Amino acid sequence: MKLKAKHEERHWRTGVFMAAPVLLGFLFLVLYPIVSVIRDSFTSYNPLSGEAAFIGTDNYLRLIQDETAIEVAKNTLIFAMILVPVNMALALFLAILLNLHFRGRTSFRAIFFSPVIVSTVAWTIVWKYILQDDGPLNYFLGNIGIDGPNWLRDNPWPMISVVMVQVFKNVGLNMIFFLAALQGVPEEMYESSEIDGANRWQQFKKITLPFISPTILLVAILTIAGAFQVFAQVLLLTGGGPGLSTTVLSYYIFINAFQIFDLGYASALAVCLFVFVMILTVAQWQIRTRWVFREV
Amino acid sequence: MRNKRYTRRNSKLTGWRLFGIYVILILMAAPFLFPTWWMFTASLKPIEEVFSFPSSLIPNDFRIENYQEVFRLQPFLRQYWNSLSIALIVTVLTVTIATTGGYAFARIKFRGRNKIFVLLLTALLMPAEVTLIPIFRLMVKSGLSDSFFPVIIIPAFGAHAVVGLFLMRQFFLDFPNELEEAAEIDGLSRFRVFMKIALPLAGPAIASLAILSFLYSWNLFLEPLVFLTEPNDYTLPVVLPQFTDTYGSPIWNVQLAAASLSVIPVMIVFVMAQRHFIRGITMTGLKG
Repeated sequence: MKLKAKHEERHWRTGVFMAAPVLLGFLFLVLYPIVSVIRDSFTSYNPLSGEAAFIGTDNYLRLIQDETAIEVAKNTLIFAMILVPVNMALALFLAILLNLHFRGRTSFRAIFFSPVIVSTVAWTIVWKYILQDDGPLNYFLGNIGIDGPNWLRDNPWPMISVVMVQVFKNVGLNMIFFLAALQGVPEEMYESSEIDGANRWQQFKKITLPFISPTILLVAILTIAGAFQVFAQVLLLTGGGPGLSTTVLSYYIFINAFQIFDLGYASALAVCLFVFVMILTVAQWQIRTRWVFREV
Repeated sequence: MRNKRYTRRNSKLTGWRLFGIYVILILMAAPFLFPTWWMFTASLKPIEEVFSFPSSLIPNDFRIENYQEVFRLQPFLRQYWNSLSIALIVTVLTVTIATTGGYAFARIKFRGRNKIFVLLLTALLMPAEVTLIPIFRLMVKSGLSDSFFPVIIIPAFGAHAVVGLFLMRQFFLDFPNELEEAAEIDGLSRFRVFMKIALPLAGPAIASLAILSFLYSWNLFLEPLVFLTEPNDYTLPVVLPQFTDTYGSPIWNVQLAAASLSVIPVMIVFVMAQRHFIRGITMTGLKG
């Protein structure tokens, strides 16, 4: 008994020692900043003007009166509400197609995955070129008799362009998650359902979807969290414009923090972003029991 | 004989169904493939032809000068080296700490392990913009803001290290117990068991994690943009958008030449080592 306790004590020390670098990194680069950003949001911290004074809830009061911030919050929600379903539906569709057996499916998987490894900056620069009014896309559309809009200037196309550029960039990632999940569905389940006379659609609804539901939940959580982080695409593709039409919260935070250096206000905005993401994650986690068929 | 549909599910598709799938996939592949193609062809065109179509497969007037221009306008070789060396350091650091950490979380029972693990999950959901402001403040205060330090430390020890830890933990969870138990009975300490038994067998997982970490750092944009202020210190993602004329509009052919230089080596490695890329990605996301 005493020996076992000593043994465990030794394990505890080794475990903590081996995990220490990640834990310290987490402490200083994730946990401390979260606490700190909340504290800063109650100050007027600005490195250009000097001192940080405690100003209570002023930043938050300013936030609810800031028409730009309201507009930006609306844009952020619109962005996420288009991006998440489009990304997930396309990813699942591609995964189902590429889970079939045919020659060349590995190459197609690689093609759809390839933008994931390209830097967002390079990907966005190329798409900015493609989407120019006299660019390759409108030339191509012209050839098939469509007069393309000025994708980055004429509303509502700028927002749609930012969303689609982001979808093409990252849908391959979700596709790979779904593919791995689909490959885990036991073949016997399909076999026995066939004996019961189920058709393809019924099989998809009653076997495939429930079976991969934990992956759908995970992908939904990660995709939503990612949707609130979109930054480089907005900065490089539209600069948030025309007007404010593509300015999303993460970009607005960047502007306030690192271009205007109004770090106090930016912190309040960051707290809002953080709360947004947390509420959505917790909500998804709560409703999972309704539709997630099994725990991983 | 198995029943008909079962055979269909498992055997290769043929005939019209196969044809239909190819048509759908080829159409859908266009927005994934063409950007790379257009990037490369436009990077070889003279500026007057960048917006003239149809572009021939190989530009009539083959402008390798665009690539020379990349190095003339910016200290591009230096910036390339910055990106490369930072990414290599980040990779070594992340692999080291995520491997030891992942092993600890998978194999060593220590008090509070599961609670800490759930806490670590929050790192995956945290937008970088949220944590960056206090880190920026901290770096400015300690005089480290205008250096490679934050650009190395944030990807190596921050949220991305947690992703790496998940990947390695997953690998070590699936690892057979018997070898380790035998070694422990032979009197090896827990850490020695890790070094002598587990680590030598973790090669494939480490390779996947190394690729992920390298790419993460190579493609990192927000942090270098915030912390690096001197052109000589820039990394590639920071400098790519800066090939502009005096009015700030992009010099397309030169900008796309620079983008090609940053993307093509990664593409070549991807084509060669696809399996490692995809396995690494799959392992981070699943079963975590």
